Amino acid sequence: MASQNQLASIKGAKVLMVGAGGIGCELLKTLALSGFQDIHIIDMDTIEVSNLNRQFLFRKSHVGQSKAKVARDAVLRFRPHISITPYHANVKDPDFNVDFFKQFNVILNGLDNLDARRHVNRLCLAAEVPLVESGTTGFLGQVTVHVKGRTECYECQPKPAPKTYPVCTITSTPSKFVHCIVWAKDLLFTKLFGDKNQENDLNVRSTDATSSSEHVEDVFERRKDEDIEQYGRRIYDHVFGYNIEEALSNEETWKNRNRPKPIYSRDFLHDEIAQQNGNVDNAASDPSSVSAMASLGMKNPQDIWCLKENSRIFMEAFKLFFMKREKEIGNLTFDKDDQLAVEFVTAAANIRASSFGIPLHSLFEAKGIAGNIVHAVATTNAIIAGLIVIEAIKVLQNDTNKYRMTYCLEHPTRKMLLMPVEPFEANKSCYVCSESPLTLEINTHRAKLRDFVEKIVKAKLGMYFPLIMHGAALLYEVGDDLDEAMVANYAANLEKVLSELPSPVTSGTTVTVEDLKQELTCNINIKHREEFDEEKEPDGMLLSGWTQASSVEKDDNKSNGNGGSTSNASQAVPVEAEDNVEMDVPSGKKRRLSEISSQGLLSFTEETKNHGKLEVVDDDDDLVMLDGDPGLNKRKRMQ
Amino acid sequence: MDGEELTEQETALYDRQIRVWGADAQRRLSKSHILVCGVKGTVAEFCKNIVLAGVGSLTLVDDRVVTDEALFSSNFLIPPDENVYRGKMLAELCCDSLKDFNPMVRVSVEKGDVSGFDGEFFNKYDVVVVSCCSLVTKKSVNEKCRKLSKHIAFYTVDCRDSSGEIFVDLQDHIYSKKKLEETVECKLQYPSFEEAISVPWRALPRRVSKLYFAMRVIEKFEAEGRHPGDVSIADLPDVLRLKKELCEANSLNESHIPDALLERLVTGTREFPPVCAVIGGILGQEVIKAISGKGDPLKNFFFFDAVDGKGIIEDISISNPKSGS
Ligand SMILES: [Zn+2]
Repeated sequence: MASQNQLASIKGAKVLMVGAGGIGCELLKTLALSGFQDIHIIDMDTIEVSNLNRQFLFRKSHVGQSKAKVARDAVLRFRPHISITPYHANVKDPDFNVDFFKQFNVILNGLDNLDARRHVNRLCLAAEVPLVESGTTGFLGQVTVHVKGRTECYECQPKPAPKTYPVCTITSTPSKFVHCIVWAKDLLFTKLFGDKNQENDLNVRSTDATSSSEHVEDVFERRKDEDIEQYGRRIYDHVFGYNIEEALSNEETWKNRNRPKPIYSRDFLHDEIAQQNGNVDNAASDPSSVSAMASLGMKNPQDIWCLKENSRIFMEAFKLFFMKREKEIGNLTFDKDDQLAVEFVTAAANIRASSFGIPLHSLFEAKGIAGNIVHAVATTNAIIAGLIVIEAIKVLQNDTNKYRMTYCLEHPTRKMLLMPVEPFEANKSCYVCSESPLTLEINTHRAKLRDFVEKIVKAKLGMYFPLIMHGAALLYEVGDDLDEAMVANYAANLEKVLSELPSPVTSGTTVTVEDLKQELTCNINIKHREEFDEEKEPDGMLLSGWTQASSVEKDDNKSNGNGGSTSNASQAVPVEAEDNVEMDVPSGKKRRLSEISSQGLLSFTEETKNHGKLEVVDDDDDLVMLDGDPGLNKRKRMQ
Repeated sequence: MDGEELTEQETALYDRQIRVWGADAQRRLSKSHILVCGVKGTVAEFCKNIVLAGVGSLTLVDDRVVTDEALFSSNFLIPPDENVYRGKMLAELCCDSLKDFNPMVRVSVEKGDVSGFDGEFFNKYDVVVVSCCSLVTKKSVNEKCRKLSKHIAFYTVDCRDSSGEIFVDLQDHIYSKKKLEETVECKLQYPSFEEAISVPWRALPRRVSKLYFAMRVIEKFEAEGRHPGDVSIADLPDVLRLKKELCEANSLNESHIPDALLERLVTGTREFPPVCAVIGGILGQEVIKAISGKGDPLKNFFFFDAVDGKGIIEDISISNPKSGS
């Protein structure tokens, strides 16, 4: 049990938990049991059915309600006399500013996405409040402590960016099932049911890419007097038949690849029409419960459907969208909890996979891939929550030398399932906690300020309320209190190329980017560069000094001779990291969880003192050291 | 095979974990029957974990009547309302809360003392977990389970102060694991609790956790006329004397069982909630592995101490002198 000292610091502490999900539920319970009396908790999410297997504070009757509020009520039932303050809000809301953070003794993260983690890290640095960070996936998990001036910050080691795939792999040469899923979800689904005005590479293989844009648009529009059945079959034949034939005509592409097989609806769907219409009429009228599987009498999401079944699901889902959810068409985005959308994407991906000789997958598996669903179990979350509280108590006692980062492993390493490691010192080139400058290679004559804001400031630096300065000149800012003239001025600047801004940004100059909410300033040295590799540097710019690990998938069967399509192919299609990514497996070679056990990166400070009669070594002072990293990310132990 | 399929409701509820261990393991879980004896904080954590995971049934045994705060200080299954808990048994109170966590799991109570149950009683279960009980009871329940033709997975779990111990006996355990994309079948042989703790200390592998020795000293001390957990700082001199005796008998240098550690274990009679969460989590994971027959189960002791933060597996078997094979 905790000592009197510990108890006193626990009782007097005011703590902020960010996240009331898998880790959050466990953490709130363990904090309450441990004697914490003033707990604040932020979570913007509402409860879903798939949370109930591990977020034990929630019941079926709570589905749809605020996680933060329901978690509070549930814990107060067994600890009625403590104070729990819930906020059903986004931690990135401006209300949660540096002053808000300053009122707490420690911040405890149980978050599920990289953006929010980075944001909280910056606020903790600015407010000088210690942060205990955590994450889990399946049986793996970790807890780390970040204290300004004592340890590295959460961003000292670059985190892997969401995985992206080269466009030509998706549009023309898929070799894995995930490529088919990305095609079905980001291209076909979006084209048919989403924002029609969005740029879309679905027809990238068309022979006459430059002049055919109007013709292409026509193909996906429903024609006058066309019934849904005819419309659906025409789409089917176009994307699985005609488009593949078109692609095949480009002999160059298939020299070293298996040729795909065009698929037409007549091969699979000849006798279905009459029977299916009857089923559709019987389908439930509530739009959220519309399901092609249900109306075709297919029950098991673990089954792998044959090509014919996939074709029937494709047509049925297509029709159901138009018959039962017509109002939403044009505004739909793929959502892993939208049954009909998952059915459509599964079927479309499987038909495409079949065409390219890629193994088919069940709806259950396809949903996991399409929704980036992270594997999650209650036990790992419970263990991690326990470890967070142990570190939080050390932080409250200012027990600096005892801080540990702890890994929860699936396979024991040196007999350990829970492995404590000493925290590392701050990375001196970290632009977040050391404010060291970055370098940006960019074509200053071609890149617009908008490209810089979107691809660097927001996507790479994670700043949401940026202010951009060049010398004394203010080039851009975001805020509620700007007058009209300024707004117009900034809007105009966004469309200008860097070298033609009112204060021209050219090679050798320095741009200052500041986020007032995060109280973070970053200087970027600009270096002009004429050309960029379209596959390796899809952004057309390169940020260095602190770099995100590149995770653009290598196009292992790199195609050439794509003619008019190459300009489109330069934009990698991002595979969205959705909110359920519960942990970023650390990037630096040193900390890759998967490698810890398999590649033996560990060595111990072995003290092989022999204590006389029996060779049992007192390992009180043993610490696990991670070394053997030859790379640049060498980190020092904190002393 | 129709009756074997998971229902739509189950697939939706268990979606995230089926992605970890597969539909097959989930089906096995839903048919398993678990018995726990002694429901304190760590066992409460364990029960929560396996009820959420979706076992078939969970049966609780703990006749202690809730009288004071000590019994629920680290147990979130007991509402701290005297009107609710007065006169009720620990098992009943926990049962009521656990039922609520997952309506698909049958949670029930058996009255009686675990040491009085016979083999036929244990035969109804696939997993037996005992906690807060004496050395004699641990041994006898373990033996009763072993005599049955059915393979019962047996566990003991205990937390004292900021440290905890799990013991595992899976007898002859066959399981599968993924190795380089292939599924391979593996087999492990476990000693009984009595066999394990009888392994001479001099025959143990190097660097065995100090907690292993310390727990054996306390266990032995309590076996001589105490209720489990009924020790205090006043007992420290006697405990230290016993330690000396045991070390001499086993030719173990006394420094391997630091006095400070023993002091911590005799004074800290309450469980430390974060440690309950860690130990209850590891135990939950192990029981799930044992039932599903998937993944390496731990053999055969696990120790966690919040003081150094390590969660260590120790293999204490007769057939395993030093080599570690
Ligand atoms: Zn940093």
